[in-house]
Amino acid sequence: MTFINYAAKEINCKIVYYGPGLGGKTTNLQHIYNKTAPDRRGKMISLATEADRTLFFDFLPLDLGSIRGFTTRFHLYTVPGQVFYDASRKLILKGVDGIVFVADSQTDRMEANVESIRNLELNLQEHGFDLASISYALQFNKRDLPNVMPVDEMYRMLNFKREPTFAGIAPQGVGVFETLKSVAKQILVDLRKR
Amino acid sequence: MPTTYVEVYEEEFERLEQALRRLRYDSNAKAVFLIDKNGQQIAAVGEVEDFDTTSLASLTAGNVAATDGLAKLIGEREFSVLFHEGQRDHIHISIVARRAILLVIFDERSSLGLVRLRVKRASAEMDEIFEEMNRKESRGPGGRVEASPFSEITDEDIDSLFGD
Ligand SMILES: Nc1nc2c(ncn2[C@@H]2O[C@H](COP(=O)(O)OP(=O)(O)OP(=O)(O)O)[C@@H](O)[C@H]2O)c(=O)[nH]1
Ligand SMILES: [Mg+2]
Repeated sequence: MTFINYAAKEINCKIVYYGPGLGGKTTNLQHIYNKTAPDRRGKMISLATEADRTLFFDFLPLDLGSIRGFTTRFHLYTVPGQVFYDASRKLILKGVDGIVFVADSQTDRMEANVESIRNLELNLQEHGFDLASISYALQFNKRDLPNVMPVDEMYRMLNFKREPTFAGIAPQGVGVFETLKSVAKQILVDLRKR
Repeated sequence: MPTTYVEVYEEEFERLEQALRRLRYDSNAKAVFLIDKNGQQIAAVGEVEDFDTTSLASLTAGNVAATDGLAKLIGEREFSVLFHEGQRDHIHISIVARRAILLVIFDERSSLGLVRLRVKRASAEMDEIFEEMNRKESRGPGGRVEASPFSEITDEDIDSLFGD
């Protein structure tokens, strides 16, 4: 839900990183945090388990500058990917403007990827959103690992609506900003069209 | 369904801030925040420099969302008030107009009873302001008084955000 404050001249948009457990959602946010100038980012909050798995969400506010005199902020969230945290995932999708799906490229995680996209579709529907029309980007993460599925095969299996798709190695930052920019642009273009 | 928008205009923003300032004064609170249920801060008054307001807004919304989830699980519509007691500072959280969250931070200069009483009055006032906002929003983009400043966003505007 884009939040436009005409009095304070601010636009706030919400982007949610979705995907199976251990796929690299939190790592994407950590990289963005590390590479963003301190005056353009807020504190990163991670509500995580002792073992560093996301328990409720990660949160990173970015302040990227202004458009037409309006300060433009993006609030990035990750969901917990582990299957049994579904109730929490639903809560975090509330009011979302755009989604990044972080898929795990390892062959043995394809089923988890497929299941997670299906889960995303259903949870979006519960909020009255449609994956077919919402701003959306796809990332094939962990391309540095040996047991990965070829990109074109993954594309056929996971691409939903010809959304922009990026190969990623999140800990090294490969593909991370490209993915974020892609979804952020779609959200802003939507703002123009309305 | 397309993306939805919340829009706050000058006039309502000022009235909301005024209501918050009065609430803060009447309840002797340190700070009062009005937060949208999705975690965006709408307005804040008081000793706000002492707090990381963005984080506060996001965590408060997460807290309310989780509590709403709990309420539904046991068959309640919502828990209308949350109270967290600290050693020095305390937090009082309530829902306004079903879509916003009122967060009051107070210490020994105030009391839970006083905060509760004043919040009730302020909520009624803010309900009205939100209703006015709803009326404006339901008129839709075409019915708005001013033209959207975003209809003319260019690709260059967007690229410049990312320093391309
Ligand atoms: N080799 C490699 N490891 C990665 C990559 N991306 C993430 N990892 C590692 O994978 C593990 C899980 O990453 P997280 O970012 O915590 O995964 P997540 O998607 O947030 O997981 P949940 O919070 O459980 O949903 C961490 O140890 C990361 O360092 C990658 O591209 N390559
Ligand atoms: Mg995580």
